[in-house]
Amino acid sequence: MSAFLTYLLNGLAVGCAIALIASGLVVIHRVTGVVNFAQGTFAVVAGLCTSSLLGLGLPHGASEVTAVLVAAVAGLLTGLAAIGKPGVTPLSSLIVTLGVGVLAYAVEIVLWGDQPRSAPGLAGSVTVAGARIQTQHLLVIAVTALTFVALALFFGRTYLGKALTACASNPYAARVVGIDPRRMGLLAFALGGLLGGIAGVLVTPLRPISFDTDVTLIVNGFAAAVFGALTRPVITLLGALLLGVAETMAAGYGYGSHQLEVALGLMLVVMIVQAGRRTAISQEST
Amino acid sequence: MIDVNDLVVSYGTATALEHVTLNVGKGEMVALLGPNGAGKSTLANTLAGLLKPSSGTVEIGGRLALIPEGRQLFPDLSVADNLALGGWRSGERDPSFVYDLLPRLAELARRRAGVLSGGEQQMVAFGRAMMSRPSVLVVDELSLGLAPNVTADLAAHLVELNQSRGLTVLLIEQNARLAFDLCSRAYVVESGRLVAEGECAELADDPRVAGAYLGGAIT
Repeated sequence: MSAFLTYLLNGLAVGCAIALIASGLVVIHRVTGVVNFAQGTFAVVAGLCTSSLLGLGLPHGASEVTAVLVAAVAGLLTGLAAIGKPGVTPLSSLIVTLGVGVLAYAVEIVLWGDQPRSAPGLAGSVTVAGARIQTQHLLVIAVTALTFVALALFFGRTYLGKALTACASNPYAARVVGIDPRRMGLLAFALGGLLGGIAGVLVTPLRPISFDTDVTLIVNGFAAAVFGALTRPVITLLGALLLGVAETMAAGYGYGSHQLEVALGLMLVVMIVQAGRRTAISQEST
Repeated sequence: MIDVNDLVVSYGTATALEHVTLNVGKGEMVALLGPNGAGKSTLANTLAGLLKPSSGTVEIGGRLALIPEGRQLFPDLSVADNLALGGWRSGERDPSFVYDLLPRLAELARRRAGVLSGGEQQMVAFGRAMMSRPSVLVVDELSLGLAPNVTADLAAHLVELNQSRGLTVLLIEQNARLAFDLCSRAYVVESGRLVAEGECAELADDPRVAGAYLGGAIT
């Protein structure tokens, strides 16, 4: 029973990290219609930055915040490449984000090499109802909870957040009132970078990060985002937690090499179900 | 307040407006009539700066607000949020003065815009446009899909703003009778070209415009 609880709590922590990646995807897609396949790159950049900054002697806190800001800048630059030119279709922008991800490999290898890097996080563990959980896992859960509350407040209570929602809701109307959807799209990319960066600095102490870790991150993040139809943050969070728990259970009960398959399988099932629902809805409406 | 000179607007190889020239003076209320696909909304979007002219000039002497065709609200946001975002350009965040103008909106403030009736949505679109504190208002199809009494109510507000506050109005309409009731002058556009213009009283007697009343083409 304690093993199950351990896997469950660790799975929730893994799910939270996935949720941060996925929420970045959702924020960007809602505002711009673009699926940003460079989302995992932001986490990798932040993770590698944290590792370097801590190695240079910068204290904890400052290192992580700086790394997250670097990821936000990476998000903004990706946004400029993907949607900077007016009239680019979301599909073309998607291809650009894939290109940015590949380009990032080269930059990361030049700057950090091709070996995995880690960074020290919160040491120690705590026991919850007989189950041991690493303190870093609790930190991931707490920061994710705070981030989602902050996101809800930003989109629900602030004028800028509502302007972003307005762009997602009706880009033409946004232009009518004077909001520039392209600028808002760039802001969404920066926010996506920030969220990916938070995921990166939280995950790096738990698992070494290398230039190509983004593949695992984006597959998991995309699976969760698809669960929320790329538009619904709360459903995305639930999907990410489900995915994290499923993967951790699979690993814990002896199927560790099949974690990625669990994500891909779940994503496939959700996409098939959603495609079926869309077909049914369109048939009913005709 | 609105000076359009020899305006040409194209979508790729298709020309939507061809050499259109019109003007609306300060405090005037002028109508633009025409059937579907005549280029009316293209002109509205060009005046609002959402489309770039291929050639010709557009000069606006003040802040212009557009009430677009089909309301075009933010359906997921509340009425209050829709109004607040209408003040994006002006920096106006407090919709109190719009509630004074349209008290019904105060009652609807917390409702989601997407669940309102057509008339209520048009009222929100009206209020949202007023939040930008415009000196020029372009109204694209005020009466579209609305019951006559709702249209009349909104038209009364429009006339009140025009007469008491000197708001310049360009009313883009298919409903020529409504447009002639409200406006002093009118332009008629068909297939992207201006085909008639003048005082509303004169245009109403013009047999070519009578054809447009009935939805027929102007010859």
